[in-house]
Amino acid sequence: MSIFDFIKGKSQRQGTPAEHRRTDRGFMVFDNTTEVIFAEKLLKKNGWAVRVMGPPPEIRQGCDLVILFPLIDELHILRTLKGERISPLKIVPVTGLLLEPVAIFQIKDYGRYLMVRAANMKLTVEKETKVIVNISGGGCPDIPFLAASMVGKTLAEAPAPHDIGHTLCGYALQLAYEEVQRQCSV
Amino acid sequence: MLCVAGTVPAEDFPLREGLVELDNEDLRMGTTAIPVNRGTPALLAAAAMVARVLGKPAPYACLVGDTGIGSGSHLLYEKMIEILPRNQFQTITFHYLQPMVDLHGKIQITIAELAPRPILIADAGFMYVAKMCGAASLYDLFTPDVGELAFLADEQAPHPFYTRGFILHENNRIPDLINRAYENDNAAKYLLVKGNKDYLANAQGILETIDSPKEEAMEAVGGTGDTLTGMVSVLIDAGMPMRTAALVAMKTNRLAGQFAQTTPATQIIEIIRQIPRALTETMKKTP
Repeated sequence: MSIFDFIKGKSQRQGTPAEHRRTDRGFMVFDNTTEVIFAEKLLKKNGWAVRVMGPPPEIRQGCDLVILFPLIDELHILRTLKGERISPLKIVPVTGLLLEPVAIFQIKDYGRYLMVRAANMKLTVEKETKVIVNISGGGCPDIPFLAASMVGKTLAEAPAPHDIGHTLCGYALQLAYEEVQRQCSV
Repeated sequence: MLCVAGTVPAEDFPLREGLVELDNEDLRMGTTAIPVNRGTPALLAAAAMVARVLGKPAPYACLVGDTGIGSGSHLLYEKMIEILPRNQFQTITFHYLQPMVDLHGKIQITIAELAPRPILIADAGFMYVAKMCGAASLYDLFTPDVGELAFLADEQAPHPFYTRGFILHENNRIPDLINRAYENDNAAKYLLVKGNKDYLANAQGILETIDSPKEEAMEAVGGTGDTLTGMVSVLIDAGMPMRTAALVAMKTNRLAGQFAQTTPATQIIEIIRQIPRALTETMKKTP
């Protein structure tokens, strides 16, 4: 079964969200997650409505992400990426389902501390000082590194996970980090 | 002998193998000191503590530096393929490694030729790749937390990052998630689920639950799952039946958390310090 058959088949069976059935979207496959995270930041900074998604099984290697983008902007986007010396390995038009990243956050209020969980990642801050006191969960090897780099620093001082992380767990931690920032600014 | 395969969060840590001893509060592999933080060093520190209390040999480890790029993990997969046939590990615990589908398959081919077959435990990234490959049932024990259990229960998710929302909402229904993971053949022979209540389960159902002492703050503390995996690995390798080993590890982890007076800001080394006392107390009360 080709990647296109797979995508089409999934779409027909599961009634996926309209956005992912649109044929005006493509996804870019990169060599590694680090490039995906960098490309996403770069493209968003330049105003494109891109989204990070999960690839279909045929091209999965392990800890994978792809970037969903408007096909109409392909040349412009490629030129922007090339300016930063990155190129996707391939570009595939989307006619069906891509996996949705987690979009649910679970909040636990410990009184003095607040913990936010996104997928398998948990980030805890002291509410008054906004110091990150713990990072828990995850299974990819950048998580202990991210924890060592972030714990003990305030949300403002700590490096953002998407600046120094490389994996899907790192990306999930970025989502938890953004949600904690949102919660702490309310 | 127990072998632990995992990563150290430093790019410049070379690929190393050998016995890992505790030296004050650092790990020591030969002359190399490894700081104990979360991740595989926390697992190994807990394992070394338990081995010392039980009078068993220190755990053997195969370690490499990796901060998420994956090149260290790649080397480690290849190293395991090389060393497994010439070592007789009774138990192997795979831990923080970048999920790599092809290399996982090669490791499983290597293990399939080993006699006797070692007991296989997987946690963290290696548990992810085992499920990703549809090879979960080749393992004897997975040690997921609740978020990771939801991932195992979601037959479509290749990584916890893609666990579907309706399954994540089932967090308070752990038994349902366990059933779903087994129904879809995405669980090891045993699951030790870490959470507000800890569970040991197999395909027949839930075998044990532990919810005391209640240490809610432990969920926030990075490394508490690693210590649990490290302890259960040593206990299994020491010859304890799975059910007893899981029970002792679950109780000891909670008790160590209680002795450390855990708050959400507690660091894992504070809990690891309490393991000898907690284990001794748990063993006294375990038939």
